[in-house]
Amino acid sequence: MFKYVALCVSLLTPLAAHAASDNQAAVNEELRTIHQQIQQLEQRVQQSAPAASTANAFNPAISLILSGSYGSTEQNPATPASGFAMSANDSGHSRGFSLQESELGFSANIDPLFRGVATVSLAPEGSSSVENAFVETTTLGHGLNLKMGRFFSGLGYLNDQHSHVWDFVDQPLVYRSFWDNQLADDGLQFKWLAPSDTFIELGGEVGRGRNFPGSNRADNNGAGAETLFAHIGDDFGISSSWRTGFSLHQTKQVDAVSNNVPDALGNKFSDSFTGDSRTAGMDFVWKYAPNGNPTVTNFKFQAEYFQRKNEGTLTYNTATPFSDSYSVTQSGWYAQGIYQFMPFWRAGIRYDQLDSGTAQLGSALVGKVISNYGFTPTRSSVMVDYSPSEFSRMRVQYALDESRQGLPDHQIFMQYIMSLGAHGAHQF
Amino acid sequence: MSSKYSSVTIQSKNSTSGRYAAAKNILFTTLFLISVNAHATLNIFACEPEWAALSQELAGDKADIYAATSALQDPHHAQARPSLIAHARRAQLVVCTGAELEIGWLPLVQHESSNPAIAVGQPGYFEATHYVHLLEIPGRLDRADGDVHAAGNPHIQLDPRNYLPVARALSAKLSELDPANAAFYAGKLEAFGDKWNAAIKRWEVEAAPLKGQSILVQHRAYPYLEGWLGLKQVAELEPKPGMEPTAAHLAKVLGEIKQHPARMVIRASYQDSKPSEWIADHAHIKMVELPFSVGGTENAKDLYSFFDDIISRLLGGLK
Repeated sequence: MFKYVALCVSLLTPLAAHAASDNQAAVNEELRTIHQQIQQLEQRVQQSAPAASTANAFNPAISLILSGSYGSTEQNPATPASGFAMSANDSGHSRGFSLQESELGFSANIDPLFRGVATVSLAPEGSSSVENAFVETTTLGHGLNLKMGRFFSGLGYLNDQHSHVWDFVDQPLVYRSFWDNQLADDGLQFKWLAPSDTFIELGGEVGRGRNFPGSNRADNNGAGAETLFAHIGDDFGISSSWRTGFSLHQTKQVDAVSNNVPDALGNKFSDSFTGDSRTAGMDFVWKYAPNGNPTVTNFKFQAEYFQRKNEGTLTYNTATPFSDSYSVTQSGWYAQGIYQFMPFWRAGIRYDQLDSGTAQLGSALVGKVISNYGFTPTRSSVMVDYSPSEFSRMRVQYALDESRQGLPDHQIFMQYIMSLGAHGAHQF
Repeated sequence: MSSKYSSVTIQSKNSTSGRYAAAKNILFTTLFLISVNAHATLNIFACEPEWAALSQELAGDKADIYAATSALQDPHHAQARPSLIAHARRAQLVVCTGAELEIGWLPLVQHESSNPAIAVGQPGYFEATHYVHLLEIPGRLDRADGDVHAAGNPHIQLDPRNYLPVARALSAKLSELDPANAAFYAGKLEAFGDKWNAAIKRWEVEAAPLKGQSILVQHRAYPYLEGWLGLKQVAELEPKPGMEPTAAHLAKVLGEIKQHPARMVIRASYQDSKPSEWIADHAHIKMVELPFSVGGTENAKDLYSFFDDIISRLLGGLK
């Protein structure tokens, strides 16, 4: 404090001599600035002193997502889409009232070189799981970024978005069947952002392949899954912007057992597949807001397409097995539009479609395994949501799910999603 | 830059495989060329148009300036668009308001751009609010109070006197990042200071009739403007800062101004005009749309015409 007074006096003396000159206003301004700077310094000293003495000063940012839903479906939510009994089948739906996942997030810089992020998902039944836990570099520069740990893969558009920012209660059918809703693997991700005015990002991942479409293989020293992706994006004028992406993913399944797979004779058995799984995808998102200002009204269109080829050996009915070669190419896509028609309120529609393809069967499987289901699973959804602030959202959704042959399903959902604590910026 | 060049030669000497060395050479030469391009002028990423305009005043043709948002966008709610990330990738200096105004999008842009030079705390990161005495520092932090900024009200760009300390600090920053042109920046700063002080005097004379006038505001964005011109704020149309006005709250405001009449209602040009229109209609007062930054109205073409336009529109509200 004494130092500031001395500083003030020494600064004021020459200024006072000048004051006689015609530059009175400038001197006053100078004085005001010095006064301000002293105030700021004092403030900073006051603010920083207690912070330095508490152990909590370096605590990470903590966020908690609370979410719950009510669901009404005509069909059992666990029934898989026709032709996709050997895919992932977690609909994410529950009938009646239920708590959804609560998501606890931590993030902070670790030191000058690394940043760490962890998201722990607390299931309503009481179990918890590590959704994300990764560290990444912060100072590589040249647009390079290296991530290590468990993270959502950068493939597609929706894959690395957390469930609390989804525009519908559930993921598109193609994400459910192809990526078990969201692909999160353990491994490395390397990304490079090109130094151009157009956004061009290239990335690659190697991972354990622990999740569908891979199968966790404890005896494997190498990488269990590889991913490549490219994202390109820019603005159209001041009102709209877009991003498009291309993704490739490959992994292996070893003795991956699927239960209740329908066969050509009308039975349901457990089948097992060992082989390669290769997926290619495209995604596109376009966002429009008048003058680029999304606060009053805005519109978002997005669409994604994935195609997967599974090739290997299928074991039909693991109880009394028949094995032979098996190869099938399946695909799926969705398109959706979300319109914020007034502050707080958004409405959205989504259309989903899957194609289960025609399987090439080895002779031992012919007549037993269904090669072509002759059915196209589809689903149409509409939703309205209300967000009084960026921290809370309530939603109503209706869907006509025709993904199971002969079992149309009228579904109604209500959902709330709220976030407490640190609230990270949302991705594009 | 010389160190970068030497790294090219070292890399190629150490490589054993010819093809690998060639590929590496191409890669590093590309990186080198890119970095040379980037260094030719200072690449500045300005979060809001007022800081782009101030950077232009202070850096002239020595800088390549990109404004991340326009004055027709709400700076609280810009999106981390791909184009922003791409431009931040090559920026050597980010000039922002700070005080958490950009917290909804800038951290993501900084992170996704993988550009360590512009990270918080680095020389390439500049926050204007750091150099200004902030108003409305909240006594408590609770999201039940709406969109409150822990560091204080960030809308400092509406008091022209705030630009002087920011300009001094920004000019020093330019010299720090580009010492070769330090004398140029110092000259620009002096010229700006003189011209700006003269303009402030002129604006204060013109705005004299506004002193003591009562106003309504749509968003809590005007404490600095009110402090400068002696305007008295009677009420805000937003029930809580950052929450869009509701019918119930507007009715309440209408009741309040029966007790404490206001001359006009003020909103930023990026905001929905309906709440202001409604209150202006029902209270029979003028609605004044103000540019929130350079480019917010047709006349607000640079920093000078920005304040010219604010004052002429406010004076228009008195008629």
